[in-house]
Amino acid sequence: MRRSDLGEFEEVVLLAVAVLSPKAYSVVIAEELERETGQTVSTGAVHAALQRLEQKGYLRSELGEATPERGGRRKRLFTVTALGGRVLNDVRSVRNRLWERIVPQTILKWS
Amino acid sequence: MNPNQPPPPPNWPDRLLNWLVAPHLREEVLGDIHERYALRVQRLGERKARRTYWREVLAYVRPRFIKRKPQAYPNPLITDMLRNYIKTAWRHLAKNKGYSFINISGLAVGMAVAISIGLWVWDELSFDRYHENYDRIVQVAQHGTVNGETWTGSSLPYPLGTELKTKYPNDFKRVLKAWRIQDHILAVGDNKLSITGEFIESEAPDMLTLDMLKGTRAGLQELNSILLSASAAKALFGDADPMGKVVKINNAMDAKVTGVYQDLPHNTEFHQVKFFAPWNLYVSANTWIKEQSWFNNFIQTYAELQPNVDVDKLSAKIKDIKHKNLGDNKEQLAFNFQIFLHPMSKWHLYSDFDKQGNNNGGFIQYVWLFSIIGAFVLLLACINFMNLSTARSDKRAKEVGIRKAVGSVRRQLIGQFFSESFLVVILAFGVAIGLVALTINWFNQLADKQMTILWENPYFWLFSLCFILITGLLAGSYPALYLSGFQPIKVLKGTFRVGRLAAIPRKVLVVVQFAVSVTLIIGTIIVYRQIQYAKNRPVGYNREGLLQVRMAADDFYTKFDVLRQELKNTGVVFETAQSASRATELWSNNGGFEWTGKDPSLQADFGTLTVSPEYGKTVGWQFVAGRDFSRDFASDSAGFVVNEAAVKFMGLQKPVGEIIRRDGQPFRIVGVIKDMVMTSPFEPVHPTIFFLRGPLNWINIKIKPNVAASDALPKIESVFKKVIPSVPFDYDFVDQEYAEKFEAEERIGTLAGIFAALAIFISCLGLFGLASFVAEQRTKEIGVRKVLGASVFNLWRLLSKDFVLLVIVAFVIATPIAWYFLNNWLQKYTYRTDISWWIFAVAGGGALLITLLTVSYQAIKAALVNPVKSLRSE
Repeated sequence: MRRSDLGEFEEVVLLAVAVLSPKAYSVVIAEELERETGQTVSTGAVHAALQRLEQKGYLRSELGEATPERGGRRKRLFTVTALGGRVLNDVRSVRNRLWERIVPQTILKWS
Repeated sequence: MNPNQPPPPPNWPDRLLNWLVAPHLREEVLGDIHERYALRVQRLGERKARRTYWREVLAYVRPRFIKRKPQAYPNPLITDMLRNYIKTAWRHLAKNKGYSFINISGLAVGMAVAISIGLWVWDELSFDRYHENYDRIVQVAQHGTVNGETWTGSSLPYPLGTELKTKYPNDFKRVLKAWRIQDHILAVGDNKLSITGEFIESEAPDMLTLDMLKGTRAGLQELNSILLSASAAKALFGDADPMGKVVKINNAMDAKVTGVYQDLPHNTEFHQVKFFAPWNLYVSANTWIKEQSWFNNFIQTYAELQPNVDVDKLSAKIKDIKHKNLGDNKEQLAFNFQIFLHPMSKWHLYSDFDKQGNNNGGFIQYVWLFSIIGAFVLLLACINFMNLSTARSDKRAKEVGIRKAVGSVRRQLIGQFFSESFLVVILAFGVAIGLVALTINWFNQLADKQMTILWENPYFWLFSLCFILITGLLAGSYPALYLSGFQPIKVLKGTFRVGRLAAIPRKVLVVVQFAVSVTLIIGTIIVYRQIQYAKNRPVGYNREGLLQVRMAADDFYTKFDVLRQELKNTGVVFETAQSASRATELWSNNGGFEWTGKDPSLQADFGTLTVSPEYGKTVGWQFVAGRDFSRDFASDSAGFVVNEAAVKFMGLQKPVGEIIRRDGQPFRIVGVIKDMVMTSPFEPVHPTIFFLRGPLNWINIKIKPNVAASDALPKIESVFKKVIPSVPFDYDFVDQEYAEKFEAEERIGTLAGIFAALAIFISCLGLFGLASFVAEQRTKEIGVRKVLGASVFNLWRLLSKDFVLLVIVAFVIATPIAWYFLNNWLQKYTYRTDISWWIFAVAGGGALLITLLTVSYQAIKAALVNPVKSLRSE
């Protein structure tokens, strides 16, 4: 599996979808990321990332219900596919393995 | 405010995104930004939310959101639908053979006319472009003023060329003196031919960029040399190699062939020139040329400019060059000569100068005229197509309704009707190309051209393509846009009626058609009347059986008396006389005449012609007063015969016996003749003086009136062969020469007549179609009327009335337009016919008659149908 086709922002968005599932759509994801990172995140950027992830097969989507805030428009809800879940796992295990190999003194120096 | 109902976000982003974002994403995108906004308002307040809103919006401006979703189905227009359109169109054509025939043949004729005219215009506009130095070649010419009127001419004094070359070497690359283009006798052994050629300075082949087949362009640098065109070489030498052989010119000059060039194409000014020979050779045989001063205008001067020299600026610079060299000759100075340069690009199409010396067009007017006629004839054909399609819209309305009901959108219907019109146009174009290919030889003859269909010219095909496109759009636009606008529900319910108003554009188009046709008819009649008027003009002499022979060699001068006697002895010749120029031309103009009672400010400029004493008898002068020259009176060598115009010009009461001084010498008027038309038959006759002293160049022979020319000619020829064997017998009939003066006008008349006939034909085709349609539509009405007792005449009147009305309206519109344009055209001629009312009456009556004939066929056919048949099925 090619690991390089998951960008950093995409990874975070993918994780957020997993966290917020089954009610993940661009607005709540953007809000969530804003809260977590402390930086402004536009729905447009999130939406674009979601579309890319869907194209790659990590997400699937369906239209959800409409709400008055949305002017009666429906939202597009995203869920992580099995492939998406595996990719997330891969990413995580790579990170974990590397983390584990860092000598504890080095981590101490950073803090 | 309800906290659950936050204030709506600003309006503009919605509109922007609605326009920008792809339709399938619009819902979620707009929903998202609205929800986000609502959240922001709750958290940060409305002002801050608004401030950050634009960033949210702009985040959607990226290709991912803008790109439209690809269509789920392949675009049907390209292949399947188009095939379907063409199939339906073809079926319609096949079903209505009559209409298809009218449509295609009308359009094809219109297009053939437009293509022919297009080729003709192309030929005219590409005149002289064969020469690579087209942009830089000029002819030197001059304006002179006589009694307030400016004339323009290309005959120039001998020293001018050298003066130009030496004074302005930075402006002129070369200046070439030349003799006027005329026939000369070329002889190779016993093979003697009269061939048109030009004596010109040696750089001419370089200037004209002749295409040398043999030899080089430097071939004229030797004194005794000649360059032959391929056709002249063939005529003189057959298949033998002409290079280095000797040709005898006019029995006086020997020239060695130093080159053969490809004949110049027909659409060049020099196309008649079949050989070029050195100017110096001509001068060596005619040494008097060198002695001519600035006062004598008689040679042609061509020049090639240096690159980047502006013709107009240079013209302004050299304009006084002649005037400054006239010394203190008052009479010459009074002409106020202005030298100017006439560029090659204007030689053919802009060759006319008005009486103020301004270039006022020329042939270009006819190029415009025929372009407009071509466009109109094509328009007439397009109108037929539009009219027949809309007239039959009733029939096709149901089809439109059903197509719309099963899901065709308007665009597809427009596509369908356009493909139908394009099919017809392309078929018509094919037929038109065929027609042009068939008639081009005939058209060439008519227009005196050598045109071919430009099969290999990419521009021709580009034009043809544009042509098809424009015609297709023009012819198809009305039905396509009109028919596709029908409402299916009305059509299918049967409540749809093409109202009265729908017929109005059709009527307008018919009126346009007939207005154009009637204008063309009136134009043709008037052009013919003008030609006839000038032809019937009294010419003041008798052209019948009058021959003229140029004295092309010295033998003519030494042996003339023998020749005259021998000709008399044949018994077929009435009289023989000599003259300085032909009876159909006036070459020479002179000033320097004085008479008693002359207004000192008047510039006495007369046409002059030297003749031998028998000239009057030969051509049949008609005397108003006095007598003809006679060999019996020695004093006649100091006598004048003048024409009536000259008497009028001089203001003499009793002209016979008056003394006129020419350059101081006294002459006595012995006779006055009726005006003899020598120049243009459309212009007033020049005041002209005839006398006996001077050079003689032409022999005039009058055949006895009771002898047929075909009997006389062999006898005359044998005399010439016997007396002057060195020169081929080359003659013209004066009446033929005279008829050539009408060539341009007759050509225009014939072409206008043909186009008028075609315009009428196309209009009538359309009318025929419309009439048959109307008759068909009113079948039931006619049946009912017949049952109720209407006569055939009643019905005929009923059906014809509408069309007759349209033609009358067209006639009313056409009359002032035709009058205006033709009146302008006639102003060009001093001697012109008047436009009388009966011409309009004839044109209008003729158009009406043709209309009635066309319509009546259908009307009577419909009126004769048994009502039982038309009323049976309901």
